[in-house]
Amino acid sequence: MLEPVNVSLESLNLMTLAPMLIPIIGALLILVIDIFKSGLDKSLFVMISILFLLIDLGAIVETAGIFTENGTMMGVFDVMLIDGLAILAQLIIVVASLLFIPLALTHKHFHEFAYPEFFALFLFMLGGFQFMVATDNLILIFVGLETASLALYTLIAMHNRDKSFEAAIKYFTMGALSAGFFSFGSMVFYALTGSIEINQIAAVLGANGFADMGFVLVGVVFVLAALGFKLSLVPFHTWAPDVYEGSSASLAGFMSIVPKIAVFIVAMRMFEFLIHSGVVWLEVILYIVVVVTMTMANMWALVQTDVKRMLAYSSITHAGFVMAAILIGTTQSNSALFLYWILFSFINLGAFSMLWISRQKHLPYHQYTDHSFEKFAGMIQTSPVAATIMGVFMLSLAGIPPFALFWGKIYLISSAVTGGYTVLAFIMALNSAVGAYYYLKLVVYMFMKEPVINKDGHVFVANATTPLKTIIGFAAVGTIFAFLAVNPVLEFITALVYKSGY
Amino acid sequence: MLDNILSILIFFPALAAIFGFAVHKDSMRAYGVSVSFIEFTLALMLWFSFDSNVSGMQFMEQLPLVPAFGINYILGVDGISLFIVILAAFFTMIGIASLSDTKDVKNMIITLLFLQMTMVGVFVALDAIVFYVFWELSLVPMLYLIGAWGGPLRIYASVKFFLYTFTGSLVMLVGMLFMAYFYFQATGVWSFAILDWYRLILPETFQLWLFAAFFFGFAIKVPMFPFHTWLPYAHGQAPTIGSVILAAILLKMGTYAFIRFSLPMFPDAAVFFMFPIAIIAIIMIVYTAMVAYAQEDVKQVVAYSSVSHMGVIILGTFALNVEGITGSIFLMIAHGVVSGALFLLVGVIYDRRHTKMMSEFGGLASVMPRFATIFGIMMMASVGLPLTINFVGEFLSLLGFYQQSHILTLLAGIAIIVGAIYMLAAYKKMFFGEVTNEKNRNLPDVNKRELIALVPLVIITVWLGIYPKPLLGPINNSVESVVQLMHDKAITEEAKARIPNLIEGIEITKTTDTEAQ
Repeated sequence: MLEPVNVSLESLNLMTLAPMLIPIIGALLILVIDIFKSGLDKSLFVMISILFLLIDLGAIVETAGIFTENGTMMGVFDVMLIDGLAILAQLIIVVASLLFIPLALTHKHFHEFAYPEFFALFLFMLGGFQFMVATDNLILIFVGLETASLALYTLIAMHNRDKSFEAAIKYFTMGALSAGFFSFGSMVFYALTGSIEINQIAAVLGANGFADMGFVLVGVVFVLAALGFKLSLVPFHTWAPDVYEGSSASLAGFMSIVPKIAVFIVAMRMFEFLIHSGVVWLEVILYIVVVVTMTMANMWALVQTDVKRMLAYSSITHAGFVMAAILIGTTQSNSALFLYWILFSFINLGAFSMLWISRQKHLPYHQYTDHSFEKFAGMIQTSPVAATIMGVFMLSLAGIPPFALFWGKIYLISSAVTGGYTVLAFIMALNSAVGAYYYLKLVVYMFMKEPVINKDGHVFVANATTPLKTIIGFAAVGTIFAFLAVNPVLEFITALVYKSGY
Repeated sequence: MLDNILSILIFFPALAAIFGFAVHKDSMRAYGVSVSFIEFTLALMLWFSFDSNVSGMQFMEQLPLVPAFGINYILGVDGISLFIVILAAFFTMIGIASLSDTKDVKNMIITLLFLQMTMVGVFVALDAIVFYVFWELSLVPMLYLIGAWGGPLRIYASVKFFLYTFTGSLVMLVGMLFMAYFYFQATGVWSFAILDWYRLILPETFQLWLFAAFFFGFAIKVPMFPFHTWLPYAHGQAPTIGSVILAAILLKMGTYAFIRFSLPMFPDAAVFFMFPIAIIAIIMIVYTAMVAYAQEDVKQVVAYSSVSHMGVIILGTFALNVEGITGSIFLMIAHGVVSGALFLLVGVIYDRRHTKMMSEFGGLASVMPRFATIFGIMMMASVGLPLTINFVGEFLSLLGFYQQSHILTLLAGIAIIVGAIYMLAAYKKMFFGEVTNEKNRNLPDVNKRELIALVPLVIITVWLGIYPKPLLGPINNSVESVVQLMHDKAITEEAKARIPNLIEGIEITKTTDTEAQ
């Protein structure tokens, strides 16, 4: 007979689970409501999701308060780990979701929003991501990642177009592969150290002085490949443009932000100790991945004819840019990662939302893709306000000051300078210059060409309703006046990151 | 009000531009003229309340922006920047006043007002990041001006202009971040304030690298010889007003930044690179003068002559002594007035004939006598005739450089004579001889609106050519303190020898500190 396990409830510290459980409860509630009364309008589910997200946000702020007083919290048999990184990542995840979910309130009716399951899956996905960032247990990371990913595949497919199915299947296949890689990499680390907790792995490897270098490298390569798939780092990026194209613009914007920040946290936890351990090969591998991701994605983005695909490649570039922060691995660079991503999420969600409100239900006969550059030609004449807002987003993505992303960019490049990565700093700067070209391309189409396809400006705001306009206005104001918010945000981030020991 | 006059100067046009969206398009021109007139009056007020005896920064303003990273909103003006600010306000006013009938005149005026904000901002910013913000932001309105109102190749020209400058400035940005990091290492505090950076003495190797990084950004903007290829396209395609602003103000950002950043921060590197840069400047003067001679388009002639004169400005700047730098700053203003006027004049004839080919013209002197007179005066000023504004600047610049190298100065002097050849040739082709083209027979002479723009420029050209002292005084004062600072900071023997020591050190930091309070 086994001894009964004696665990006091206090030592479990169940409070650490609260932020993850809230969206899951919300998801279950939505399913229950649907059982009792089907055919309810999407606005109900949107509002319920928002309410739960707000409660979730409250819970995270609460934990943030506890963290600043008591430091890192462990809970549930030391599986949960609530530190500054977890809190910041969850804040980004929830706030970005709050900006995303009202985008379902479109003027036109789209297939996916008719199902309450869409919103349930969405909240399940958030729970998964939140688990992923708030632990350093490789198994829980894996579970969180898969929960979130499976939900996300379904969300993409629910858009109900040929291309969406293609995208979902493509993403699913790649995701399955990356899941395999991740588990294999974790297995190697477990075999090496007998532990699945990242800090234990670090301790054991550090104690024996990285004696089994070959095996460590194998493990690192597999984990990097797995994370690379999720972050769409070159050469694991091939799914990204197709998936972005196939999913609805709003979901594509969401995908470029939230899943990536979750994976960035895992990468930060994983590679932080490895880089500082003096493993030269790892640094070289990461360096190459970062540079190649930034540069190649930029090159591909140059030749795109569809705005959404262009933005997809640009998201890859930005992911590579931010991956550099993990390579540099100083407190400043890790803070820069968060600052960059917060600013980026505002702009990118805004830009994708602009595509979203101009989405037609069916493609006109002369258009092959939803958002070709030609569609936006002469937009300043037909729809000046929308064109100006879109122009601001594009200039901001290009890093023109004083718009939001510029501040993230200088802080990140500065962290490369202070971290001793001089060449990398220049590569980052020059890549920004290359990037400017394709963002400008859209500006040129909107402001300097004559309208070709759409003589009527209505098409650019065809989908707009008050909630959507509010979201876009919010993103635009955030983009333009970011310089006022940079200082408090930066101080908050730096304090949390520093306190977590990164 | 005077405490915040610089902020007002920067943001008044921007605010007015935003309100401008609500103005009806028929009344937009009057609105634009009034706003730019108010701005110009404010700029003149700045001049009158400016204390010419103080060499340091005046009207300083300071606000924290991102204090955690050492970025502050710091403004200030001294003799070096004062007149360029006034010039910017003046040319925006003249440009809007002389605007001929264009499509979307409302958008254009709003764009010009935004552009004015960025121009003033660049010249009064005393924090590197704030400077960079305005510097980059100035590209956007210009991109729109060229791209929306330009000639047939406008999109190519505008994108080329943007990307060229943007690339250079990003390299400069990395240089700024390095500079801030060195300051952080030396003092333990992040700071992007230029006056703080002035106090930092760097080892020579660091100076060389940083100088090179900044040089990229500035040289592309000037534009210096191998990087000048964007300019003829930009000028060739831009509408008249775009060319005027570009030549008169935007190009000066590069040369101004050399004096504000490169010289006082890296004196040893400036001495180290003095001769290479001087040689580039001379190539620039001679080569572009020759290219200008080969042009058939009168606007291209003016554009290339503009590059050529920028070479003289660079040469004067890198004389590294008071005469040279004072001369180069004066020449910046002179060149702004003269080339701005020449572009306006080209615009006048383009409005009438919709061509800029010199072969289309001939004998215009008899058809448009007033136009020919003004063009003649401006052309004479451009070639540097004594008693015109350009002569003072060119003479001082060359005088300054003569103390560093006789041979190179002589070469540059010869190049200026070449300048006279192409200008006179162009003038001859257009204005003298018989009227060969029937279309030119009945061209109307300059009208009232154009005269309003051109006559003040002629007056300034002659007035400052005869009596340049009102400008030279304050400029000289501030330049002396810069040169003294460079001498004090220089660490190599050669730099100490090349940069003159002016009897007693002038503490620029001291005056600024009291000003700041």
